[in-house]
Amino acid sequence: MKLAPLQRAVARAVMQPLTRSERMRRTAPGGGRMSAYAARFIKPNDRLTSFERLEIYNRQYWFRLLSSMIEDFPGLQAILGSQRFESMCKAYLTECPSRSFTIRNLGAHLETWLRQNPSWISDRRVLALDMVRLEWADIEAFDGQAKSALRSEDLREIDVPNLQLSIQPYVRLLELHYPVDDLLLDVKHGDDTPDFASNAVHERRKRIRVRAVAKLKPTQIFLAVHRLDFSVYFRRIEPEEFALLSALRSGKTIEHAIALAFRESSVPDAERGAFVRHSFQTWATLGWFCQPDENVRGGKRREKRA
Amino acid sequence: MPGNRFNGFTDYGIGIGLRSPHYEHILSRKPVVDWFEIISENFMIDGGRPLQILDQILEQYKVVQHGVSMYFGSAEKSNREHLRRLKELVKRTNTPWLSDHLCWGSVDGRYTHDLLPMPYTFEAARLTAQKVREVRDFLEVPIAVENVSSYAEYHVSEMTEWEFLNEVVEQADCGILLDVNNIYVSSQNHNFNPLTYVNSVPAERVAQIHIAGHSKFKKYILDTHDHPVLDPVWRLYERAIQRAGHTATLLEWDDSIPSFEEVHREAMKANRFLADTTLEVAV
Repeated sequence: MKLAPLQRAVARAVMQPLTRSERMRRTAPGGGRMSAYAARFIKPNDRLTSFERLEIYNRQYWFRLLSSMIEDFPGLQAILGSQRFESMCKAYLTECPSRSFTIRNLGAHLETWLRQNPSWISDRRVLALDMVRLEWADIEAFDGQAKSALRSEDLREIDVPNLQLSIQPYVRLLELHYPVDDLLLDVKHGDDTPDFASNAVHERRKRIRVRAVAKLKPTQIFLAVHRLDFSVYFRRIEPEEFALLSALRSGKTIEHAIALAFRESSVPDAERGAFVRHSFQTWATLGWFCQPDENVRGGKRREKRA
Repeated sequence: MPGNRFNGFTDYGIGIGLRSPHYEHILSRKPVVDWFEIISENFMIDGGRPLQILDQILEQYKVVQHGVSMYFGSAEKSNREHLRRLKELVKRTNTPWLSDHLCWGSVDGRYTHDLLPMPYTFEAARLTAQKVREVRDFLEVPIAVENVSSYAEYHVSEMTEWEFLNEVVEQADCGILLDVNNIYVSSQNHNFNPLTYVNSVPAERVAQIHIAGHSKFKKYILDTHDHPVLDPVWRLYERAIQRAGHTATLLEWDDSIPSFEEVHREAMKANRFLADTTLEVAV
């Protein structure tokens, strides 16, 4: 057997979901007995059959990927419960296997996939989607790109109306329907508590999480997931701030972005100037502003020089 | 044998794998460590804390890059995005050599994130060597390939694992990261004499050595990197040092990671072999 077809055949078996008891399936990919499938290319030895040797890799694959998903999406796990979360992950990873060299990107398509497969989150659809978006934003904010930040002094010297400002790539802006930031912090805090290896402690933690999820009431919130001194923070922002930052990120001039931000705002006209000044001051202090790319600076696109 | 062209003619001693539970200890206490090995993929990112930590480490220590997903043995072409990011990191760390595994792990753009064993065939050796050469030419840094621990063997294999390793490194003209723990694990899982393996490796190509702990199960041994190094592995290390001479050595401890001091103490045990062993001239 040539290298490419051999690797395809082994990969199909390795990536096939495990049984409920976390063993390799008896049925091979495409039908037939897995023992016969494994024996086609794996040698047995004096202790293990071909099936058992292949099973080691099958189990390692799933254990590694599921561990990574649990690490990346503890909030979603708390909402769905461990069993349903694990089943959902298996379905997701079967349909969307990793296409990145880094396991960091394993959950990159989870939100899209859940929107296409809502039965996994049917009873808590909005809450679950909010949590997935927040948890992915958390990952992106942790190691996203940071460009040179513009300081408050830099902002004083700019020609405001037509200027475009960029928002740091690591800042993620979210409009959410539940206060999932609080829930996620609760869940993560729970993970930090010492593990006494006791079932009672584990069960108590589980009950606390179930209660925390159950009592969560819908509340629209706007969130900037950002980092400061290399730690990720969830910062609640006003709807006007969200609209303004989103408009700036999409390339609108400052003047246009401000107009959009107050289009449906309840902030009185007289207070809007102070609101904008304070917001810009805060964002500059947090280092959220950066120069736009060279070809979009100054309010219009510049031709790239050869 | 001091440095060779496969490790950039360096004379590195005993290193430790850089792991996040130890960041604070290393940066605040600044322990004496000859060098750190980083997992390249953990730092092939756009920004944030991992790169900030790496830059601080680079100010004070020598760093060597070790990868886990280049998959030299995968039949498909190398991932260009992976290579581009890896080259950026190579420029950042100035790694004198770069290692990754002699294995496969991706098919048709899908990644298993595992180190799957190669079929030991001449076709696989040729394709793998070709990929090693392409990666080396793109990254412009010496490459060392590491033997993996394995739990399965293929019917199609035409040679032993060490013959396959030799075939690949000769064709690619690259170095070897000799993992003596992996040799031991595989020897127990596949019933061969691990000393035969160590004695068969071209010593002049050994750029680096890995030592680690493993876990025994009823019917096989797993390469878990969660224990101190066991005696049979130290014996293989001793033999490897006899053949290759004083070689950059790294202790891997990736799971149930104890304190930095404990990992450091375990790594420094390698000194008794590095200090006592007289080099045999490799033939």
